[in-house]
Amino acid sequence: MAHRWGMAIDLDRCTGCEACVAACHAENNIPIGNPEQAAIGRTNHWIRVDRYYEGEFPDVKLKYMPVLCQQCDEAPCEPVCPTLATYHNPEGLNVQVYNRCVGTFYCANNCPYTVRYFNWFDPVWPEPMQLQHNPDVAVRMAGVMEKCTFCIQRIKRGKDESAADGQPLADGDIQPACVQSCPAEAMVFGDLNDPESKVSRLAESSRAKRLLEELGTKPKVFYLERGR
Amino acid sequence: MSTNAEHPELLPYGKIREDLFRPLSGLSQKYAAAIFIPLLVILFGAYAWTVQLRVGMGVTGLQRPVFWGFYIVDFVFWIGISHAGTLISAILRLTDAGWRKPITRAAEAITLFALMIGGMFPIIHLGRAWRFYWLIPYPNMRLLWPNFRSPLLWDLTAILTYVTGSAIYLYLPLIPDMAQLAEHSVPWRRKLYRALSIGWTGSDTEWHALERAMKLMAGIILAVAISVHTVVAWDFAMAIAPMWHSTIFGPYFVVGAIFSGLAGLMIVMAAIRKFMGLEQYLTRHHFDNLAKLLLLMSILWLYFTLAEHLTVWYGNDPGEMAVFGARTRARFSFLFWLMFAVNFVIPFILLGIRKLRSITTGVIASFGILLGMFLERYIIVVPTLSVTRLPAATSAFYTPSWVELAITAATFAAMIFLYLIFSKLFPIIAVWEFKPHPHEDEA
Repeated sequence: MAHRWGMAIDLDRCTGCEACVAACHAENNIPIGNPEQAAIGRTNHWIRVDRYYEGEFPDVKLKYMPVLCQQCDEAPCEPVCPTLATYHNPEGLNVQVYNRCVGTFYCANNCPYTVRYFNWFDPVWPEPMQLQHNPDVAVRMAGVMEKCTFCIQRIKRGKDESAADGQPLADGDIQPACVQSCPAEAMVFGDLNDPESKVSRLAESSRAKRLLEELGTKPKVFYLERGR
Repeated sequence: MSTNAEHPELLPYGKIREDLFRPLSGLSQKYAAAIFIPLLVILFGAYAWTVQLRVGMGVTGLQRPVFWGFYIVDFVFWIGISHAGTLISAILRLTDAGWRKPITRAAEAITLFALMIGGMFPIIHLGRAWRFYWLIPYPNMRLLWPNFRSPLLWDLTAILTYVTGSAIYLYLPLIPDMAQLAEHSVPWRRKLYRALSIGWTGSDTEWHALERAMKLMAGIILAVAISVHTVVAWDFAMAIAPMWHSTIFGPYFVVGAIFSGLAGLMIVMAAIRKFMGLEQYLTRHHFDNLAKLLLLMSILWLYFTLAEHLTVWYGNDPGEMAVFGARTRARFSFLFWLMFAVNFVIPFILLGIRKLRSITTGVIASFGILLGMFLERYIIVVPTLSVTRLPAATSAFYTPSWVELAITAATFAAMIFLYLIFSKLFPIIAVWEFKPHPHEDEA
């Protein structure tokens, strides 16, 4: 049976520590922005922690929401790409092929979650961070779009290892960098086609809802709402 | 004499020939200066583009979430301008309106040049512009077809068709004039005109064939023109972004295109008339008719703008209302209401009141309309992208950088430059159209 990867994020557990953001940068060779570029909205974080404020000062509640590519089943970004740089793979992942991308920006404009990021310049890392690049992930040149891949390189490695050992892939064997690094264990990753997987069970929860579901994008990231 | 002043058709044909072929010879200092300045602006724009190619799209003002900015505005604007030629020329040719004669070629040339300029922008705005040919459907080394579901591919196809069609449409009525000029005294010109006349002798069969070809092309180009700007509109309307996803965008864009195109034509005609001394050919009569068309388009534009905004406002969908608010009440409201003033209020007064309607006021209104239509595209492109659906995702505000401004300025310079060259190489008014019909005399 084909896999269908999905994620659940428990908003009650998220502390907004941004460990996921740092881990994602390290795992996926995401360039480090500088303050000037960040000030005009040119940061690349495949996962970002959105903040929402509730109430009036001094009685303010801060609510965090980690937002990454929602890996939509009906992804608005896919049909608009003229070069098929973004497409749906057999495991339901919304894949970005950097080598095909010519940079029309259309996918990013059509993404209701604004989770697509563009390489405005050739990527740079402050010394000595270029020494810790992940060899499993391509470095992207200026002019191409990029976004969260659900750490497809880890998915591939997990499947390869399980095939080599002759062991079936167990729930939790594959963890994207963000999930692995979350100290509050707010994020769960797994196979939605396996009804026994943790993510499948969480997706069934009455607290589970999906972002901008009303647009019909059928995202595969489930948010577990906060309790009162 | 007063009738001659109103009707260039009544001038003796020998004089018409001389008047219209004269501007082709000689190079005045004024002309040299007029062509040199736009050339400098174009070169600076080209330099700006090389900077962008070397350094990356970061030299523009674009940022997340506003991924489309001035380049897309320029693109839609120039494709819009290109609609002047087709409308005037094709509709008036099909309906056989006599007053079209001194206007058609000037209009068709605008179409071709505006398309050449506008057609550059889908390439200029690419992150990796040197890979633009990956959008063209041909069996490539990657063994991949482009994605036929992408509106950008429809766009590319439509524009290539339109450029080809309008080049043919400009060329066909040029043939008899080329034959008349085939005995030109300057050797290189003689060679050029002879080659372009493709052996035209002026026989009855040839005239009939030409007539048929022009009628056919007029019909085809009209359909192509409407479809092209509809497809340009669908680049936006196919997206699920609020206030882009609108069913009336196709016709709305076509109307806007014809509107701005007519304004562009009015300005070009006034310039030709003044600088080439063609007061006897481009008369008040022509400008009056153009002004009336412009007025009609202004009212149509108002109707569409109203229909678009009123329905959104009444429907009160939160996603759309966020963009609606940004346009009409918040950050973009100054531009929005300025657009409303120059696209409707001023033209309506200047062109609608007969006493005020003149060549000068027509040109003033036209400059306003060009500005207004540029603003309209800006107001369509940028606010929708600025207001994201997830409120926390909104970040900085888009302002164009010097690179975008330089390239935009270069497009206007390019229009002047191409037009000056064209008017030096080819008669800007179709001379043969004034030739007395041989069969009319017999009848």
